[in-house]
Amino acid sequence: MSETKKNSGILAGRSFKFGDDISTDLIAPGRLFHLRSNLPELTKHVLEDADPEFAGKVKPGDFVVGGRNFGLGSSREHAPLIMKMAGVGAVLAKSFARIFFRNSINVGLPVLICDTDKIDEGDMLEIDLKKGTIDNKTKNLVLQFSPLPEVMIKILNDGGLVNHITKNKGFNL
Amino acid sequence: MDKTISEKIISEHAGRELKAGDITIVNVDLVMSQDGTGPLAVSHVRRMGFNKIKNPGKSIFFIDHASPSPRKELSNSHIVLREFAAQTGAIISDAGKGVCHQILAESYTCPGDIVLGGDSHTCTSGALGAFATGMGSTDIAVGYALASTWMMVPSTIKVNFERKINKGVFAKDLIIYLIGKITSDGATYKAIEFGGEIGNALSMDERFTISNMAVEAGAKTGIFPSDSITKEYLKSQGREDCFREVSADKGAKYEEAIDIDCSLIEPMVSQPHTVDNALPVSNLEKIMIDQVFIGTCTNGRLSDLKIAADILKGKKVAGGIRLIVIPASKDIYLEALKTGILETFVDSGAIVGSPGCGPCVGIHQGILGDGEVCLSTQNRNFKGRMGNPNSFIYLCSPATAAWSAVRGYIADPREVLL
Repeated sequence: MSETKKNSGILAGRSFKFGDDISTDLIAPGRLFHLRSNLPELTKHVLEDADPEFAGKVKPGDFVVGGRNFGLGSSREHAPLIMKMAGVGAVLAKSFARIFFRNSINVGLPVLICDTDKIDEGDMLEIDLKKGTIDNKTKNLVLQFSPLPEVMIKILNDGGLVNHITKNKGFNL
Repeated sequence: MDKTISEKIISEHAGRELKAGDITIVNVDLVMSQDGTGPLAVSHVRRMGFNKIKNPGKSIFFIDHASPSPRKELSNSHIVLREFAAQTGAIISDAGKGVCHQILAESYTCPGDIVLGGDSHTCTSGALGAFATGMGSTDIAVGYALASTWMMVPSTIKVNFERKINKGVFAKDLIIYLIGKITSDGATYKAIEFGGEIGNALSMDERFTISNMAVEAGAKTGIFPSDSITKEYLKSQGREDCFREVSADKGAKYEEAIDIDCSLIEPMVSQPHTVDNALPVSNLEKIMIDQVFIGTCTNGRLSDLKIAADILKGKKVAGGIRLIVIPASKDIYLEALKTGILETFVDSGAIVGSPGCGPCVGIHQGILGDGEVCLSTQNRNFKGRMGNPNSFIYLCSPATAAWSAVRGYIADPREVLL
């Protein structure tokens, strides 16, 4: 149903819609703190407290679409990491909390700021990371997303900060 | 160019003149993580191929979130941290020592420092005039390995607390009021500098409470200029030598200035499930409670415990209510023990726990049941925060928490303090 065209900068998938203020507690709850050392197991619970069925429904390439202030709260990188491990292709929101935004780039999960009121649950989206467009195929509507800062594009292109540092033996931003 | 405190500290560490919006690599003074974020950071350091870390004497691992460990998986994560610290020479602050932000304040952070912490409430150290900010495990791993990071110099919101504070109103009420006003993303990507007539006169404990919650408005950090109050505090910790004056230049450019008339502020609560869902206690209907928690990096300091104990002295916790009290550090625990504060708590019917994060993160020591309501002095009330998405958390000051524990519902501390 959904696919990611590797290296083309094109992502395609289905939208899973969430509201405002999706905290890291809703994405990777503290009650599962002991599973942080077992990420595949923690991934089975991704976003569980916002939508208990999400982990069972999400397919590789699908998109998480939020409202305002997505990812507020704790610094736990496990939140974007298990979304990526669950196959989420990108997170789209009207705005992001700072640490979550930075963590997402660091783990190689694209985070895009756009008007998510124009996207509903189940909409089929095609995202062109290079052009900065989100084609809502279901609604026949093209949205723009705000470009990332240059340094973040470099980190994302290297596949995250660990790879960037490994490759360059330090920062090369 | 006249600079804000953030512009000043980051410029110093980058070795060049920077202003808000500039992106730079900076050297950092302190890097820390805790038992929830440290193990992943250790794994990242190894994946990057580093066998050594740059500045082990300034790299700290705290075991505070699951302390002492309630599960074997967490005990094993603690072993990972202890072994890595032993191998690299990093500092380990083990179970029972206290909450990371409190220990940083007591023993490590100096004015003018850049502090990176694998914990969102790292901004607490901003109370000492440091640029202290929370990051995830990857950034922290790079911080351990290289003692540097990349960052954007934030623009700054100046918050001036003015006029006077009413009886029964505390630092926690000020910050909940502010977050209610500017909302949970009102300061995202920005720094907040605190000041004003009232702000400048706040004690260190009060400043820690306020800086701690800057991130609840989305801020990158929440800074107080360092002054004679900071100096006295550092002296009391045997660290007077690391004091230096850090303040903004007169002509510093702020994105916005917010003047808060503190005389208008009453005892406040944050209602479920966001911190900015703020309301004066006097506007609440009668909210019955099941558990009260006094402690954490927000309000687990000696003055917080004293305020609560003074209210509880000679009284009993209401029937059916669990009052949990957890001092933020071993030193605070010991002082509260010596001064009879802990005796007052136990005598009133409270459960006193060992220093650490306690039930705030939902791991142990007071997980809520379905439908239960907790009133807490912690900094966050997100759905599921205390271990159960079917429970409800209200946030307040230690005074409101203590008096409510006696009453059995969320009650206005002015009833007893006036």
